[in-house]
Parts: sequence; C-alpha cells; structure tokens
Amino acid sequence: MELVRSHVLICGGTGCTSSGSEVLHEEFDEMLVKYGLDKEVKVIKTGCFGLCALGPVVVVYPEGAFYSRVKKEDVEEIVQEHLLKGRIVKRLVYDETVEQNDIKSLNDVNFYKKQQRVALRNCGVINPENIEEYIAVDGYQALGKVLTEMTPEEVIDTVKKSGLRGRGGGGFPTGTKWDFARKSVNEQKYVCCNADEGDPGAFMDRSVLEGDPHSVLEAMAIAGYAIGANQGYIYIRAEYPIAVRRLQIAIDQAKEYGLLGKNIFDTGFDFDIELRLGAGAFVCGEETALMTSIEGHRGEPRPRPPFPAVKGLWEKPTILNNVETYANIPVIFNKGADWFASIGTEKSKGTKVFALGGKINNTGLVEIPMGTTLREIVEEIGGGVPNGKKFKAAQTGGPSGGCIPASLIDTPIDYDSLISIGSMMGSGGLIVMDEDNCMVDIAKFFLEFTVDESCGKCTPCRIGTKRLLEILDKITKGQGTLEDIDRLEALCYHIKNASLCGLGQTAPNPVLSTLRYFRDEYEAHVVEKRCPAGVCKALLSYVIDPEKCKGCSACSRKCPVGAISGEIKKPFVIDTTKCIKCGVCMETCKFGAVVKK
Amino acid sequence: MKSLAELQALKQKAIENVNLRKDREDGVRVVVGMATCGIAAGARPVMTSFLEEIGKRNLNNVAVEQTGCIGLCRLEPIVEVYAPGQDKVTYVKMTPDKVARVVAEHIVNGQPVAEYTIGAAGM
Ligand SMILES: Cc1cc2nc3c(=O)[nH]c(=O)nc-3n(C[C@H](O)[C@H](O)[C@H](O)COP(=O)(O)O)c2cc1C
Ligand code: SF4
Ligand code: SF4
Ligand code: SF4
Ligand code: FES
Ligand code: FES
Repeated sequence: MELVRSHVLICGGTGCTSSGSEVLHEEFDEMLVKYGLDKEVKVIKTGCFGLCALGPVVVVYPEGAFYSRVKKEDVEEIVQEHLLKGRIVKRLVYDETVEQNDIKSLNDVNFYKKQQRVALRNCGVINPENIEEYIAVDGYQALGKVLTEMTPEEVIDTVKKSGLRGRGGGGFPTGTKWDFARKSVNEQKYVCCNADEGDPGAFMDRSVLEGDPHSVLEAMAIAGYAIGANQGYIYIRAEYPIAVRRLQIAIDQAKEYGLLGKNIFDTGFDFDIELRLGAGAFVCGEETALMTSIEGHRGEPRPRPPFPAVKGLWEKPTILNNVETYANIPVIFNKGADWFASIGTEKSKGTKVFALGGKINNTGLVEIPMGTTLREIVEEIGGGVPNGKKFKAAQTGGPSGGCIPASLIDTPIDYDSLISIGSMMGSGGLIVMDEDNCMVDIAKFFLEFTVDESCGKCTPCRIGTKRLLEILDKITKGQGTLEDIDRLEALCYHIKNASLCGLGQTAPNPVLSTLRYFRDEYEAHVVEKRCPAGVCKALLSYVIDPEKCKGCSACSRKCPVGAISGEIKKPFVIDTTKCIKCGVCMETCKFGAVVKK
Repeated sequence: MKSLAELQALKQKAIENVNLRKDREDGVRVVVGMATCGIAAGARPVMTSFLEEIGKRNLNNVAVEQTGCIGLCRLEPIVEVYAPGQDKVTYVKMTPDKVARVVAEHIVNGQPVAEYTIGAAGM
C-alpha cells in the first residue's frame, strides 16, 4: 500500500512549459528525496489549468493550494514549508486565492467561479500520459457502455438528444452529421478529428489534447461504432509537438489496454487511430482541404456536394469533428444527454471553451456555459480591462468572425445570438479590445492573415481579399475616400457569395462587422484624416505641448532620427518632416509633454 | 479490455491515485501539527501511522493535512479531526499506537476518543 498523502500537480501545458515548468519536476523530485518525503508525496505532470499567464502553475493537494509563477529556487521552500511543515507558502500562492490568513478553493476565485468545466474536465486534474488516471475519472466507461449495451442508432439518438453542435466554428448538429454518415452505405468509412486549430491566438484544442488526449480517442471510437467505421485519423498541426507526443502516447497505451485495436470489449468491434501531421496552413482546417491533405495531396478545398458524409476521405463516407466536440462526447454518455442538454440555452447546449486574450487582466483558457454574457466573461472571469481603460469591443471567431461592440456587452454567447449581431462563435478565440484599438486596423490585421492564407484556387477569394486589403491600407494611410468605404462594402458581399470555401466566404466578416458598428471610425479616417484611437501611424503626429515641456532634452537625446530640437529649459519642438513616429519621445518624457494628435 | 467489469475493476484500483485531487466538502480532514516542536515531539510517525491506517481501511474520503504551529507546544503532537457536521476535535500528545483507535472509533464510527482529547488533558 502506497502511503501517498499529497499530490503536487505541475502544469505541463504549452504555456507553462514555455515559462519553465519542466525543470520544476526534477527539482521537486530532488527536494522530496532531500526532505525524506518522496514516499508520501507524488509529483504529477498535468495539462493546462487555464491561467497560463500565471505560469508555471503548481497545485498542491489535498489543500488545493494554487502556486503561480513558480521558479526553480522556490521549490525547496514549498517542499520544506508546505509539504514538510504544512505551512502554505503565501508569497507564491495566486493572490486571488488568499483570503485573510487562509486560502480559498480555486472554484471560489472569480476566474473559475462562473466557469463550468465539461470539455476541460480533466485538464489540470489527471496525468495525460497515464491511461489509468483517465480510467480512474470514468475514462472509457462511455465506450464500454456504448459497445456492450447500445445500438449505433441509440448512440446517434443520444448525441442528437444532447443538442451538441460542432465546436469547430460552424455549429452543425453533431448527431445529425453522424446520422448522415451512418446512412451512407459503404464497406469502408472514416472518422476524422480536426486538430488543425489555425485561428491565430486560439489554443483550446491544443490544451484539450495536451491535458486529456484519451477523451478524444474514446469519442472517436464511439463515433466509429455509431457510423460503422473502424479507422480514425487525427489531423494535427506539427507546431503542436507536446500535443502530438501525448496523443501518440495515449494511442499506444489505449492499444496496450485493448481499448483501441481489435475486438474491443470482446464485442467484435475494431477501431484504430492514426495521426497525420499538418504543415499549418489555415485552409487545411477546412474539411475538404483537410481530407485532401490526409490523402497526401496539397491541401486545397473542393466543391461540395458531395459532402464528406457521402464522399469524404478517399471518396468514402467520412465524418470530421473538432477536438472540443469530441471531448464532450464521453461525458454525454456518462452523465446522460439530458444532463448535457440542461446546460446552455435553447439552441446551444453545453459549454464552450474560449482562449481569452487581448486587453484583459486574466488572459487564459476559460470554459463557460452557453448563454453566459460577454459582460460576465470580460468583467468577472476576465477581471476587466487593465489600466483603467474602457472596454471597446470583443472579437470572436478570428479571421472568419466579427466584433461585438460595448453596446452589446450583455449579449449571451451562443451560436445564434452571435450570428444575429454579425459575429460568430468561431472555434473560440476571444480577443478583448479597449479604446486604444483602432477598428480599421483590426480589420486590416485579419485581412492580412487571410490574404496570406488564401490557397488561391478561386478568384473571388484570391484577388478579392487582396483588393480589400488594398482599400483598408489606403484608408489607414489617410488616402481613402467615402467611395472607397462603399466599394469596400460591396466587394465584401461579392467575395462572400462567390468564394468556393469557407475561408473566402467568411474572410470579409471582420470588415463587415467593424463597418457595421464602427463606421464612424472608418469615416474619421477618410474625412478628417484622423485615427480616433491613435493607432494608424500615417494619420498621427507627435507634438510637444509647450505648456508642459520643461526643456529637459531627454526626448531629443533618445529620438533615433534627431527630429527634436530646442534649448535647455525652453520648450522643445518636433520636426514633423523628420519624425518617423516611433513613439520613443512620448515614452521618454516624464512630464507628459509629448502628445499624439 | 474484455468487459466493462474488467474496466470497472481497473477503475477501482486507479481511483485512489486521483482521489486526493478532488475538492472535497464531505470528507474528513485529519490535520497534524507539524511545526518545529511538533516534528521534534514525534508528529511525523503519528502522521505516517494515520496514512497507513487510512490506507489499510481504504478510506477514500479522508485527507491527511499538515499545519504549522498550533500554539500549544507542551501538548504536541497535536492532531485535529474535522468531520462533516461535527465540531473540531483536538487530540493531544498523540503517539502512533493511539492512531488506530482514533481512526476506528472517530473517523469510521463518528465517536471521538474522549480520553485522548484536549479536554482530557486538563485544559
Ligand atoms: C478556412 C477554414 C478553417 C477551418 N479551421 C478549422 C480548425 O482549425 N479546426 C476546426 O475544428 N475546424 C475548422 N474549420 C471548420 C471545419 O471545416 C469543420 O467544419 C469542422 O472541423 C467540423 O467539426 P465540428 O462539426 O465538430 O465543428 C475551418 C473551416 C474553414 C472554412
Ligand atoms: S475561397 Fe480562398 S481558400 Fe477557399 S478555395 Fe477559394 S481561394 Fe482557396
Ligand atoms: S516619435 Fe520618434 S522619431 Fe518622432 S520625434 Fe518622437 S522619438 Fe523622434
Ligand atoms: S522630455 Fe518632455 S519635458 Fe523634456 S524636452 Fe522632451 S518634451 Fe520637453
Ligand atoms: S499551460 Fe499551464 S496553465 Fe495553461
Ligand atoms: S511550535 Fe508547536 S505548538 Fe507552537
């Protein structure tokens, strides 16, 4: 009998690994031996806890003490004070959890309070490289139940009843998708998983794969049984080395335990899964391009129909689901479709994981019930906008999505409300913007991305997005006209209607939605030649306020192009013909005398 | 894997390994005073005896925690037991031999062992 009384969980997600969590593991092992605690304290590497910005994260149980930004030098103190003497090292504990002299449970911290972890239920709880830990938290029970007690039709009915919709962006009902594939008669069918995650700034799927890879494998096997397939492929980007490694370990362990492979649960059902690494092109996340890429060709979309459920991978009936969609499947069978359907709103059931970023205090990974308002996410979970700035808008759906302005901050987050206000759920990027963000510039940022990522197969997207970008560029340079804004808008609709695949069809969304809510900003750029947020360099100039300037010369010594001159103790001036608008003078001046206009 | 029963058995075996990580509200907490004087007075063997005893009986919902100075050096080793719905019980001058009774009578059956408590020590 092992006498373990305490567990030290070290985050092994990508965020914490890059902030240095790997050395902590060895250091803990060493210190535990030094203090003679190695038999009673166990160190476990887990997946992401969601507060990556506070990484490396270490959580010590049974107390549940959440240590943040732990450095190698801190480990000895944690071992000696906390693990040996039982005194939590308050200095290192996440401030939000400290309450007077005690620490409160993580679930009571604002960041976690409004969250509900369904897809992320095991991330940061189990060791993803040990299948027995997954089994201990009900892993593979759903597969066992499905294979031994349910018919494929019942499986599909359960998924339909749960109301689960695709988490990869489109929101297509998962049960219906499986039903189509089931009804396509063929000897050979395939189950694919979309782990391409090309949306810049998104890392939800990576975190699931790193923290709980078995849940995806289990779900794919269930899908295989439901549609009548016995081969699965996970298409994952090669830039996710930790996720790739953990998935491979998980697949190998599942095979070793007979949970993948031949004759699973002695039911005669065979299912195997292989990984396919993608090179990271955004368009390869589109379903037909993804399948073309798995087949070994250049990842280009092809026209639909035929839909993959009829003719997908190697022309065989295929389903493709997103990582997070799959991660929900085992819970639906363990806790019941009704339980799942009780979470969320009428047409959007369950939860959604978002990668919260931008101008927000708590950046990280959050999972909320559908129907949570943007205000709750920004103000409560996210802890508000830093530096006392005002919330201006949030962007969801990345390059295919749109923005939600401050006036709509009480919008419940679900598929349909987001569409109705001209944004979309997307795969889960959520970028918060404050008054210092220029909306024209934001639209331009996403267009630059799509222009780079357009595969070039069809003209409306290849040429159209370039034209859009040119017009946006002109506007941000102060050379635009009011007619340009109208042309921009018209071109958007044209691209949306004429493009072959989802990339082109959604590429204009960031432009359309910023035009819808922030047309005045576009107009300020073209009419007044002014960027209200002070972002577009061409439209602003740095000037020194003679009232405030003390004539200290600090700015002129820092200016890289020698644009500032003056006499000591008298107001200095900036020569706007020389100035390259680097902003150094503004940062330098201690008296706030340099202003952007 | 040949059957659900086999999976269930594996789960039972594996569950102890993750149980510690639950946020528990219903379980019993055994808190051992482990400041310098506690350790000097022999708190560590007391704590390991608790772990052994709890392990032997497969009690899944008991957590053994440590705490710092309780402020009663002369009565160390001190152990506090928090059971749901009961007041905290403080045991003093604990030794490894006393542990089995505390686990059996108090933690399992809900009857504190009065003669080991702080009240019996004349405080
Ligand atoms: C350009 C483009 C990129 C996409 N990228 C992804 C992606 O990275 N991950 C993903 O799951 N779905 C992505 N999708 C959506 C997929 O085509 C597909 O709808 C989805 O994987 C289906 O799974 P779901 O029903 O579970 O959401 C992308 C779509 C388009 C048009
Ligand atoms: S819409 Fe764009 S990405 Fe899609 S096929 Fe056409 S060119 Fe390629
Ligand atoms: S913005 Fe840069 S280049 Fe212009 S005056 Fe200031 S320091 Fe010089
Ligand atoms: S640093 Fe500020 S106060 Fe000093 S010379 Fe420049 S503008 Fe004037
Ligand atoms: S990677 Fe460690 S908390 Fe996210
Ligand atoms: S050090 Fe033991 S009670 Fe104070």
